[in-house]
Amino acid sequence: MSAYLKPGLAGPVASPDGLDAAFWQGLHEERLLLQRCGSCGRFQWGPEWICHRCLSFDLRYEETRAEGVIYSFERIWHPVHPALKDQGPYLVVLVELPHADGVRLVGNLLGDPRAPVEIGSKVHGVFEHHADSEPPFTLLQWTRAT
Amino acid sequence: MSERTLRGRVAVVGVGETAYYKRGESPDAEFKLALQAIVTACENAGISPKDVDGFASFSNDRSDASRLAAALGIHDLRHASMQWGGGGGGGSGAVANGAAAIATGQAECVVVFRALAQGQFGRFGQGMRGSRISGEFAHTIPYGLMSPAQMFAMKTQRFMHDHGVEQPALRAISLASYAHAQNNPRAVMYGRPLDEAAYDASRWIVEPFHLYDCCQENDGAAAMVLVPAERAKDFDHPPCFVLSAVAGSHYRAAAPVHNTPDYATSTFKTLAPRLFDMAKVSAHDVDVLQSYENFTGGVLMSIVEHGFCKPDEVNEFFQTENLLAPNGKLPLNTSGGNLAECYMHGLGLNIEAVRQIWGQSTSQVKGADVSMVISGPMVTPVSACIFGSQATL
Repeated sequence: MSAYLKPGLAGPVASPDGLDAAFWQGLHEERLLLQRCGSCGRFQWGPEWICHRCLSFDLRYEETRAEGVIYSFERIWHPVHPALKDQGPYLVVLVELPHADGVRLVGNLLGDPRAPVEIGSKVHGVFEHHADSEPPFTLLQWTRAT
Repeated sequence: MSERTLRGRVAVVGVGETAYYKRGESPDAEFKLALQAIVTACENAGISPKDVDGFASFSNDRSDASRLAAALGIHDLRHASMQWGGGGGGGSGAVANGAAAIATGQAECVVVFRALAQGQFGRFGQGMRGSRISGEFAHTIPYGLMSPAQMFAMKTQRFMHDHGVEQPALRAISLASYAHAQNNPRAVMYGRPLDEAAYDASRWIVEPFHLYDCCQENDGAAAMVLVPAERAKDFDHPPCFVLSAVAGSHYRAAAPVHNTPDYATSTFKTLAPRLFDMAKVSAHDVDVLQSYENFTGGVLMSIVEHGFCKPDEVNEFFQTENLLAPNGKLPLNTSGGNLAECYMHGLGLNIEAVRQIWGQSTSQVKGADVSMVISGPMVTPVSACIFGSQATL
């Protein structure tokens, strides 16, 4: 598939301290890996070193289903980055994963950017590979569940 | 042991600002702007800048306190503080820090200031550049979510969904700021009125924010002078006391990648009770409100979270006439605020709140005794303060 946004935005790389390296490697392998506490068993996101619930440092990356519901969204019209000058409107969604303790992820909602978006509707993940970028990376995008 | 409070311990005795410019248009360097605002505020107070002994600022202000002290020939620097956090969440937090230094005997005369020359140092509202990104922003920027408007539209959208808020509620906030700016010759938008049709016709930046829902970006500097309350009588202005000043944020407000559990909030739910408790006033007692407009959605949520209006009544409450001085239910952003006076990261709102107590606003609320400021909604930490006249003590 082609990318949702025009090329030229900064590509993600793992943080130098390695905190989210497994997440990005997982997307490359078309797997959604999120942090789960080895002590209390709850998912947690965004990436952090300690479990905010039980304060265990035993956070592990574990695979979970890339399925969720739209928690909020926005239709962006004004291009703040030159790469998006001719993009036109695009949709960014905040997706909640109920089966993973309600953690949220940011992505784009694929499809017509001018179509209505309903908070609470179901979406599933689509892995968007940028193999030609240097270094290559993969984004997790979202599409409406049918 | 005496009550641990700022209430009535500290007074504002001088305020000042430079000319306000559109971003990039200041003829002066940022540090010079800071010096000009401080000198002007000291003149307004009737003191020598050399007698200032402390500085308090926020948003990682680049005008270093020690360099200011050296440049101004300050005799004895006793306090230098910076409120954590970017944006304008620290405006009233800096007032709190400066006031706390005075109330606890660490300093005698603290200047709270903010200086900004974006032509010199780059803009807030532009996306980050570069070909690679790591850390928290790696989880948002590649999806085209990179500016403050984009970060906060997401919260506002959810709040509007939850409470059935309609676009005219946001519009009323913008129109009130522009209306007040028409009375204020300092305002960048002085002489440039806005009406409903122009708002409705303006382009979307990011839904639900039109162009006029977004603050300006400006160059300039602003400053205010704090002294112990017992010295207030020695100055020309009517006494204006700090009744309360608080800062902070709710549980895991900064949880990365938009994961704060209570998401659709201006971040003031936990602060508002502390603010009113310290001031010993309620929302009903507030005569005039300055509420930081980074984006109108944040103003709306802030006003709800401070109890001025219930969440499900916003469409009725946010009518422009309710927000106008002198007779509206809640006169709001009476200088023109960040939208239409100047975006000095909100410190201009604190100055305007003081002018209301002094009776010197260009959109004066008659007999304003309780004058409140909300700083930097939706960021973390945020802050707020309440100023009061002699009658409030």
